[in-house]
Amino acid sequence: MFEVRIHSRGGEGGVTAARLLAIAAIRDGKYASACPFYGAERRGAPVVSFVRIDDRPVRVYSQIRTPDLVVVLDASLVGVVDVLSGLKAGGTILINSAHTREFAGYRTCSVDLTGIALRENLIMAGSPILDTSVLGALARIGIISQNSAKKAITEVFTDERNVRAADAAYREVVI
Amino acid sequence: MLMVATGNRAVAEAVREAKPVVIAAYPITPQTGIVEQIAEYVSHGVLLSRYIPVESEHSAMAACIGASATGARTFTATSSQGLLYMHEMTNWAAGARLPVVMANVNRALGPGWNIWAEHTDAIQERDTGWLQVYTGTVQEAYDTTLMAFCIAEHNDVLLPVMVNLDGFLLSHDMQPLETVDCGDFIPPLHLPHAIDPQNPIAYGPLTGPDQYYKFRWDIERSMRDSVNVIGQTQAEFARRFGRKYGFTDDYRCDDADAVVVSLGTLGKEAEVAIDALRSEGIKAGSMRVRWLRPFPKLDLAGREVVVIDRDYSFGFGGVLAHEIKAKNHIDVCSVIAGLGGQEVTYDDIAGFIKNRRIGEESWFGVTPGV
Repeated sequence: MFEVRIHSRGGEGGVTAARLLAIAAIRDGKYASACPFYGAERRGAPVVSFVRIDDRPVRVYSQIRTPDLVVVLDASLVGVVDVLSGLKAGGTILINSAHTREFAGYRTCSVDLTGIALRENLIMAGSPILDTSVLGALARIGIISQNSAKKAITEVFTDERNVRAADAAYREVVI
Repeated sequence: MLMVATGNRAVAEAVREAKPVVIAAYPITPQTGIVEQIAEYVSHGVLLSRYIPVESEHSAMAACIGASATGARTFTATSSQGLLYMHEMTNWAAGARLPVVMANVNRALGPGWNIWAEHTDAIQERDTGWLQVYTGTVQEAYDTTLMAFCIAEHNDVLLPVMVNLDGFLLSHDMQPLETVDCGDFIPPLHLPHAIDPQNPIAYGPLTGPDQYYKFRWDIERSMRDSVNVIGQTQAEFARRFGRKYGFTDDYRCDDADAVVVSLGTLGKEAEVAIDALRSEGIKAGSMRVRWLRPFPKLDLAGREVVVIDRDYSFGFGGVLAHEIKAKNHIDVCSVIAGLGGQEVTYDDIAGFIKNRRIGEESWFGVTPGV
């Protein structure tokens, strides 16, 4: 089983990113489940979502403690919450950042999702949309196929800019 | 069609397929997603039901009772405090023999204010005459909601059915969901005692001591008959749609020395614990109880039994544990875990099984005397 923890702030789309990742994995022919941890969310507060991907139906409902991959949609969370908590040795961290980052002992992937959203004018209620473009980066890292990433996005959103942003993230992620 | 859906969405999809005539509901976390989605179906004309947005859960059930008495298929959904607020009316629905179907998203009761999973809300409705079923996956929530209409409305039953889903754990978990075209799987409802304006009858009149007990016995008789109807309905569902359901969902129980019994998502998490224990050479199994009413006699002879209760009856014990003890004339190890959404992992469940002490009760996370 491959386990993913997504860190974001309330309103940044962490829950939707988890949902899209699960859809993409299922379109790849795998089993998946996605669950946000529901606490006392407020816009801007740190939140986490979980995705499990497996070759057989997922039966686990408890929270992910030792993820294989951590996704950080908001780099300002680094230092605020322990984003590396439980991340398996040699695991991957994908971070939304304008510059390349390093986390010693982990495979670090950086992509400027905020910059891509601003370029594509993907802005909702004043905030850049990150939850669709991140699928492109996840496809490049090899978690899902690029085709299924696009399928997942178009199943949920009609605006083509989401797919363009995911394509950009696919090209621009620094691994 | 294979979609990815939450448990709440799955219930709403099943209701869309079952096409109730009347849906009356009041939102409450974590159930709100069900009635929001249904309201959207109705407003978009995808579902041609009459949707009554009432001002309280008491009224939601009252509206379902009124509609059901005319022979209309009815549905509502609630959670926790909302279910408690309905309590007077849930008794009435069962007593009046009205096949209302309700989804209850299990949530703890306040105070302290808590929106997370616990079964005590539904357990407190145990003696109302409702059939109760607990689900463990999104697919099962969908399939069971479809079957609930067949069972409630069957002439040998004519009792309301409550379909339970664990709050957030199942209501908000996103999983693959295969929806079906249910065709004539749910037959039209023909309520034999439906209100007929051409033939007026009195409903709920004073029923004296010489009559009342007969109506109570009739509920029990139908509850017993519902065992067959549930079995037939689950078999027919498997025949048409290929997915099999029983009174319990048994996992690696056949040769098990120890069996862990639970309700809802804990039973799925337990399967992972069983696999881990089996790989250590420990012969353990999991039995997830689906139907709490009518309560099945469980095949537990010769095994050591650990019961996990995500509920409690103060001054007595875990309700599932005690029902199993009474029904099967056995002693069990009772573990109280998961109250108010307390995190219970498969490692924890493996620990409950390994450290079992038959005849004792323990509260997960609590050290007595501290």
